[in-house]
Amino acid sequence: MATSYTVEDLERWDERITKLVQRFGLDPYPQEFEICDHEDMLSYMVYSGMPAHYPHWSYGKNFEKLKTLYDYGVSGLPYEMVINSNPSIAYLMRDNSLALQVLTIAHVYGHNDFFKNNFTFKSTRAQYTIESFKSHANRVRHYVEDPSIGLEKVEALLDAAHALSLQCRRNLAIKKPSAEEELQLKLAETEPAADPFSTVHRRRERVEPDLKRVPLYPDEDLLLFIRDHNPQLAEWERDLLTTVHEQAQYFVPQIETKIMNEGWASFWHKKILESLDLPQELHLEFIVRHTQVLRPSPGSLNPYHVGMKVWEDIEKRWNNPSPEEIETFGPRKKNGMDKLFEVREVERDASFLRRYLTEELMRELNLFEYSNRGNEQVVTRVADKDNWRQIKDTLIQSVGTGTIPVIKVEDSDYKKDRTLLLKHFHDGRDLQLEYAEKTLRYVHQLWGHDVAMETVIEKNPTFLSFADDKLSIRKSA
Amino acid sequence: MTIFRPFNPSAGQRSDRTAGDRLRHRQKVREAIRNNIGDIIAEESIIGKDKHRIIKVPIRGIKEYRFVYGDNTPGVGQGGDGEPKPGDVVGQGKDGQGNQQAGDKPGVDYYETDVSLDEIIELMFEDLELPDLERKRLRQIEVERLFRQKGFRRKGIRVRLDKKRTARSRVKRKKATLKRHPMAATARFPFHKDDLRYHHTITDIRNESNAVVLCIMDTSGSMDRVKKYLARSFFFLLYQFICTRYQNVEIVFIAHHTEAFEVTEEEFFHKGESGGTFISSGYIKALEIIEARYHPALWNVYAFHCSDGDNFDSDNPAALKAAQELTKISNLFGYGEIKPLGSGYYGSTMIQFFSQIQEANFQTVQIQKKEDIWASFKTFLSKDRVREDAA
Repeated sequence: MATSYTVEDLERWDERITKLVQRFGLDPYPQEFEICDHEDMLSYMVYSGMPAHYPHWSYGKNFEKLKTLYDYGVSGLPYEMVINSNPSIAYLMRDNSLALQVLTIAHVYGHNDFFKNNFTFKSTRAQYTIESFKSHANRVRHYVEDPSIGLEKVEALLDAAHALSLQCRRNLAIKKPSAEEELQLKLAETEPAADPFSTVHRRRERVEPDLKRVPLYPDEDLLLFIRDHNPQLAEWERDLLTTVHEQAQYFVPQIETKIMNEGWASFWHKKILESLDLPQELHLEFIVRHTQVLRPSPGSLNPYHVGMKVWEDIEKRWNNPSPEEIETFGPRKKNGMDKLFEVREVERDASFLRRYLTEELMRELNLFEYSNRGNEQVVTRVADKDNWRQIKDTLIQSVGTGTIPVIKVEDSDYKKDRTLLLKHFHDGRDLQLEYAEKTLRYVHQLWGHDVAMETVIEKNPTFLSFADDKLSIRKSA
Repeated sequence: MTIFRPFNPSAGQRSDRTAGDRLRHRQKVREAIRNNIGDIIAEESIIGKDKHRIIKVPIRGIKEYRFVYGDNTPGVGQGGDGEPKPGDVVGQGKDGQGNQQAGDKPGVDYYETDVSLDEIIELMFEDLELPDLERKRLRQIEVERLFRQKGFRRKGIRVRLDKKRTARSRVKRKKATLKRHPMAATARFPFHKDDLRYHHTITDIRNESNAVVLCIMDTSGSMDRVKKYLARSFFFLLYQFICTRYQNVEIVFIAHHTEAFEVTEEEFFHKGESGGTFISSGYIKALEIIEARYHPALWNVYAFHCSDGDNFDSDNPAALKAAQELTKISNLFGYGEIKPLGSGYYGSTMIQFFSQIQEANFQTVQIQKKEDIWASFKTFLSKDRVREDAA
């Protein structure tokens, strides 16, 4: 398809956009745009936008799936793809119209600013992103080519590691205590608190902690725990576990801030394009595209739409608080814009929705809760007076890493035969058993000994144990 | 300063970066299909379909498993234009798209893939692990095809004279002569015996292999839909297998109750009959057809008979005799007794009765459920025998 614009056109628009970006106070990394065709875009999508990525069949599977959906017109391609790196890299599809490119460029600056400033991304070390993905790719290829390892073994290990990669710590702003610190913490816990009435109280017994237990505190980083505590693993296996873990950690912030991030970028592309003084035909197309992207998708949740609505609501409520709000919270100390920048820095999806999604907004967004009944999804609650809180709780549970069950290592020598004991921290949602079984098989493969897990199924505490190549399920007492 | 990197068409053509991973994925799909081939061919959908038809096959074994939440996980959605009310159905669980936008959700990984029936059949026979030797064991018949021209000769019979070449060689000879004796230019220059050129022909010997599959089915009242389906699956496999082994395959359908008829495929599988059963009638009909159209010297005969084993006792000796005869002239003759689970066991006598036939190329199998089909089929084929009398 012929493009009706040149790179120089894009540069001119970009210049005007960056001026606005600065004026609005956004603070992005330097930006690079690469213009690509739809095949390239599909490839970038499956490799998370990375110019270099290690090979694995699952990416080929994903590609086929995306391509089929695209070829049959079930789903289009994203207008943009931007990766969290310094400098930030974004891809523009060359077949898109000029209006769409201008919109995309503005949108990309929103993401870029969010990557640079939101607290969850502080752990991602954006300046090394490209290099570290590249080095991972090289190392994996090296192991594949190594005649003593080879594709089959590498693949088997990656299959297992991928299954567990998201069983990792979610809030990376909280520092993980070192082994030494954990030990001190455990010892300090056993000391009874200073008792001001010790003269009248009986002296409290000091309970000796079980310092032999590994881990001292439940450990959520499954891959790292296995890496550090299974002495049978070869060096390359440890290296691959680290690789997969690091890549998962890199993506955790993006999972954690999907709604905020998309909302933020949409909020700003709208503001920027409205201030750009677009010629009429570009402006009309912008309105059409903007509405397409921001359209609520009935039956599910469009993060662009929900996110942007919440951001707009914050701005409105801080600029023009209602009398009731002033009565409840006192006069606002910040204006709308300052508040937006504060929220952009210190929240993630769960806290963002908990603090800023109001009852009125939920009603405006027409939110409802559904659950599965047989093979159908049935509405269980709508956002009325009695139910909106419950819906909000459900929503918070189903955003970010809330969609991933919390599973931690409790003991690495359970029953004193090196059985690895995992515990699922049940919050009302049961595990899908077929998947749990297959995933436990992977844990078993990596751990090299039996594996057991505590969970709850249909309100009954249940003990899953994977031994002798099969899963046994029994209710715990 | 923002950098724009323009599109580079040549780079786009060069780097198909997903090629390796796609290839590997496809290999895994094939592997998964092969591992589940028994289940897949038991699926009703593939039986009796056109060879090039694309079918959907559920794939097990290449899902990406993770710990995910199960069915009792509520979700939140946005209403469309109307107000949602409790009790409204908003989507299909599992297969429905659910939260399409949230690509970070692990979600339950349902997966099926498209493969052509051809590919499945190929995989099926890979699964059989028949060594290539097997092919040589199958009987081949030498057929003298028509004569074929090959080259030219100076001697031959009149009808094979190549006039053009003959004329050309005369011209050549004339030119050469004129160089030496220019005076000869005016003289007559007739054809000489040396000028004559004849086509040379050879007889073309080609190995032609013919096979006929005789599908004999009991269509008496006791053969219900399930039994017919099981029989059909088996015939389908047999036919497909024979097709991969021979160049020229014909198929004959014989339906019998107390009498036997040659029928079309449609009638064979769909027409219900009623009445009692004389198994011998089917066999005798098969023998008649073989004698009339498929002489065993020219045809590899594969016969298979499906029945539920409910034969009139008085017919048994005749059936045995006919079966023995049929065994003698066929490469492989099989008797499959279909007893779906729970159909009650009437102490079928046929399998026991046929155990009197000692020939190696006679085989009985029992099919109880559709999962048995593949296993029975493998047993059946293991008996394909070498025919010494084949040329």
